Amino acid sequence: MVNMLLIMPLISTGSVAEKAKQAVNIAYLTQEQNVPAPLSNLDVFIKDKGAFGAELGIDDDNTTGEFTGQHYHLKKFMVPLDGNVIETFNKELVNKFQYVVVNLPAEQLNQLTDLPTAKQMLLFDVATVDDALRNEQCRRHVLHLLPSRAMRADALAQYMMKKRWTKWFLIIGPNQEDRLFADAIKRSAKRFGMNIVTEKTWEHTYDARRTAQSDVAVFTQTDEDYDVLVVADEQGQFGEYLDYRTWIPRPVIGTQGLIATPWHKTHEQWGAVQIQNRFKEKAGRWMEEQDYAAYLAVRAIGEAATRTKSNDLNPVKEYMLSDAFALNGYTGNPLSFRSWDGQLRQPVLLAAPRSLVAVAPIEGFLHPKTELDTLGYDQPESQCKWYK
Amino acid sequence: MILKKKRLGLFLALALAGVVHAESVFVTLEKDNALAVVDPITGTLIKTVPIGQRPRGIAISPDNQFLYIATSDDNTIKIIDAETLKEVGKLPSGKDPETFALNPAGDKIYVSNEDDSLVTVIDIAKKKAIKQIKVGVEPEGITVSPDNKWLISASETTNMVHWIDTNTNTIVENTLVDPRPRAVGFTADSQQLWVTSEMAGTLMILDANTKQIIKTIKFEVSGVTADKIQPVGVVIDKDSNRGYVALGPANRVAVVNAKTFEVEKTLLVGQRVWNLAFSPDQKRLYTTNGTSNDISIIDLETQAVTKSVGVGNYPWGVVAKP
Repeated sequence: MVNMLLIMPLISTGSVAEKAKQAVNIAYLTQEQNVPAPLSNLDVFIKDKGAFGAELGIDDDNTTGEFTGQHYHLKKFMVPLDGNVIETFNKELVNKFQYVVVNLPAEQLNQLTDLPTAKQMLLFDVATVDDALRNEQCRRHVLHLLPSRAMRADALAQYMMKKRWTKWFLIIGPNQEDRLFADAIKRSAKRFGMNIVTEKTWEHTYDARRTAQSDVAVFTQTDEDYDVLVVADEQGQFGEYLDYRTWIPRPVIGTQGLIATPWHKTHEQWGAVQIQNRFKEKAGRWMEEQDYAAYLAVRAIGEAATRTKSNDLNPVKEYMLSDAFALNGYTGNPLSFRSWDGQLRQPVLLAAPRSLVAVAPIEGFLHPKTELDTLGYDQPESQCKWYK
Repeated sequence: MILKKKRLGLFLALALAGVVHAESVFVTLEKDNALAVVDPITGTLIKTVPIGQRPRGIAISPDNQFLYIATSDDNTIKIIDAETLKEVGKLPSGKDPETFALNPAGDKIYVSNEDDSLVTVIDIAKKKAIKQIKVGVEPEGITVSPDNKWLISASETTNMVHWIDTNTNTIVENTLVDPRPRAVGFTADSQQLWVTSEMAGTLMILDANTKQIIKTIKFEVSGVTADKIQPVGVVIDKDSNRGYVALGPANRVAVVNAKTFEVEKTLLVGQRVWNLAFSPDQKRLYTTNGTSNDISIIDLETQAVTKSVGVGNYPWGVVAKP
C-alpha cells in the first residue's frame, strides 16, 4: 500500500488511482528530409515538423490519463536520410505498437500500408494531402489527418464564390504536386460553377530579381479579363512573386496569397490561443500543419481510449469511426472521421500571411448532414471501396 | 408595465431620500478593454468605462459592493467599487485569468488558469493565492455549490468535471462528460450540477451525491445544423423550475424545464450568445452576444426577448446589481 501511494499521481483521483495504469503505446515514424534550396531567407527550414505536435498530444492525453488510470507512451523513430523506413518499421514497430503516427510522403506511406503486418495496426497519416490516397488508393487501416487538396480547393472556391470572383486565371507550377493541386482547383471550379478563363504553366526562372521585375507582368497579360489569380505552387518556387506584379491588379489565392490550411499562426478563435501558447512554449516556434495533424492523431487515440476505457485496437478504432466520436480541433466544429474514406472531417482556414480571412465551410454552403462535408469528396463521390 | 416600474422606482426614491438606485447590469467588453453599464428597465447603455486589458469573467460580491473582473491581459482580477466603478484592489489570479467563481460567503475566489491546467484559490481579504490545484487540460467552467461543499472545475480538453472538496482543496472525484465541457452551474439546493458540452451540443445533469450523469439533453434547433449548436453558459432559477442555456453560434437560448428536463423552447437572441445572468429578482435574464456586440434582455414571465442593447465590442461576462 505504501508503494502504491508513492507511485500514485500527486492528486488523489479516487478509486481510479488505486488500479494499475493501463498503457497506451503510440509510435511516431518519420524520415529525415533533404534540406531544400532556400527560396527565401525569411523562413527557416524546420526539420522536425510533426514531432512536437505528437508530444503535445501525449502531454494532453496524460493529463487526462491521470484521472482515468491510463498512461500514454510516445516513441519516436526518425529514420536517417539514407536509412530504410520499411526496415525500421519491421524491426522496431511490428508486434510492439498498434497505433502509428506516420509522417512520410505518399509513396512511402503506401509501401508501409501494404505490408501485411501493417494491416494489424492503425496508421495515422499526418503528412499527405493526396486525394488519390483517400479515393482509389484508400486503405481501411489508414486515417488521414490533414485536409486533402480537394478540401482546400473547395474551401478557396467557396470563398471566391462568396466574393463573386467567378473568373479565375489559373497558374500552375512545373511539378507533379502543382498539377495535382491544379486538378483539385479545376474540380472545385466545376463543382461550384466557377469559370477558369485562362490557364498557364509557369516555366520561368525562380530567380527573384528577374522574375519579380519583368516576367510576372508579361506572364499575366491575358486576352480575357479575370477576377482572381489562382496559383498552384506547392513548394513556393514562384507564387510569392505574383502579388503586386500582375499586369492588372488582381488578388492572388491558392498556394500563396490567401491560402487554405488546417492551422495558421493567425488563428486565435475557439480556444486556439491556448493551444498556440502551449505549443510555442514547448517547441519554441509556431505550430505547422504537420504538428497540428500529429497532435490531433494522438488526441484522437486518447479520446477514443478514454471513452472506451480500452487500449485495444478494435474497440478504439470502432469508436473513432463511430458517430459518437468528437474531437476538439480548436476550429469551432467537432472533428470526426469520414467513415467512407478515413479522412478527418474538419474546417479549413483561409489565411493571409498576417490575418485570418475566413473559415470554411463558408456560411451559406449547406449540407444535409454536416456543412463540413461540403469540403472535399462527399460520400456519393468517393471512389474508396472499403465497404463495397 | 415599464411605466409602472418607473413610477414605483420614483416613489421609492422619494421615500428613501435618494439612497435607492435602479438596477444596473454590468457587461465586460473583451475587445474594448471596458465595462458597459446598462439600465435594463429602459434598455439603455448608461456609460462605458475603461477597466483594464481584455476583461472577461465578472462577479459581484454578495453585499453588492464590489465587482470582481478578470482582466486577462493584465494577469489579474481587479476589485472595482460597484458604485464609483473605481479600482480598489487587485487579486493575484495567476496567468491569463478568464473564468472564476466566487464562493457563497464571498471570501474566496477560484480561478481557472487555462494555460497551466490549474485552479488558483484566492483569499480575498488577504489578497493572496493560498493554493493551486492541478486539474485537467484547459480548465474553463468553474462554480461553487450554494452549500459551499463543492468546487467544480471543468476541463475542456480532458472532458471532465473535477469535484473539489472546498475544505481540503483537493479533488475527490472526476466525472467524464461530453466533449469540451464549458459551463457548470448548481441548482439552488446543491443537489444537481448542470454541465454544458460545446462540442456534443448537450446539457448533462449530474447528481451531486453519486456524481454520475442522470440525464443528457441534446439540443436541436430547426434550421440550424448540429455543429452550430454549441452550448455555453448555463443558469438555473432559484426554485429549480427552469434552466437556461446559451447555445453559442446557434444564436439561441434554450429554456429547459428543470423538473422534466424537456426543452420548452428556444429564444432567438444575438449572435454567438455566450454568458447569462439573472436580474436580482430573477424576472429577467441577460445574455452577452459575442459577435453582434449587444446584450439581449429576456422577460422570464412571458419567456420572450424584449430588448437588445448595443454595448460595445465582444461583450463577454454579465452581472446585475439591484
